[in-house]
Amino acid sequence: MKILLSEEVRAQIRAHGAETYPQECCGALFGHDKQMSREVTALLPLVNRNEDSPRNRFSVTAEDVLVAERAARERGLEVVGWYHSHPDHPPRPSEYDREYAWPWYSYIIVSVEKGAAKEMSSWQLAEDRSRFSEEKIEVMRVRAGEAQFEGAER
Amino acid sequence: MAVKVLIPTPLRAFAGKRDSVQFEAKTVGEALKQLTTEYAELRKHLYTDDGKIRSFVNVYVNDEDIRYLAKENTPAKDGDTITIVPSIAGGTAAPTRLGALR
Repeated sequence: MKILLSEEVRAQIRAHGAETYPQECCGALFGHDKQMSREVTALLPLVNRNEDSPRNRFSVTAEDVLVAERAARERGLEVVGWYHSHPDHPPRPSEYDREYAWPWYSYIIVSVEKGAAKEMSSWQLAEDRSRFSEEKIEVMRVRAGEAQFEGAER
Repeated sequence: MAVKVLIPTPLRAFAGKRDSVQFEAKTVGEALKQLTTEYAELRKHLYTDDGKIRSFVNVYVNDEDIRYLAKENTPAKDGDTITIVPSIAGGTAAPTRLGALR
């Protein structure tokens, strides 16, 4: 499985991660799910609702999930995943990420080091919840309705 | 009594790709039990190993959160809609307090 991001979406995730540093950012990924890949064409930045430990955890409430689903539907898209940042940590899912993850969704993680966005990766939970599988990120440059790809993020 | 259970997108693959299922049930717990009996692969995503609804699984009856009603004993009547809504969490740290996410 690979995940295609528009340039704008990639830039927005990186900017959001830098903006909320040293706290974690989070948001919803909007797009289309296809058989062999999924496309992310828009996102909805959300407030990290984790008040206990926002530097190393994020929470999106059920109410915010419903808001995101409604916003996606209004654009003719669906929520295909979620993004968050790992301040001063690599963009690899933690045990905490796995424990709270849902199947099917793509989970994009951006590493933010000393306030600057670095590596980005995308993950999907295995159906038996035992592990995450990495998804290859490709960035699409859309020109007049035609998608072009400029290679993997990592 | 038929109640409708709405399945969230990430779980539809485990429910025959359906977005809703109807059951005869008198409580929310009964409806969810029937759901996870008919679609057994849903169980591990909705329940912990000791049979409790996972903290990031939110269940509503007609838009009311069952945590503020009678939880799984919340009555369900003909025509009610039970909605399963994810909450999303993660981060770099190991959990130190496993409370409800809401």
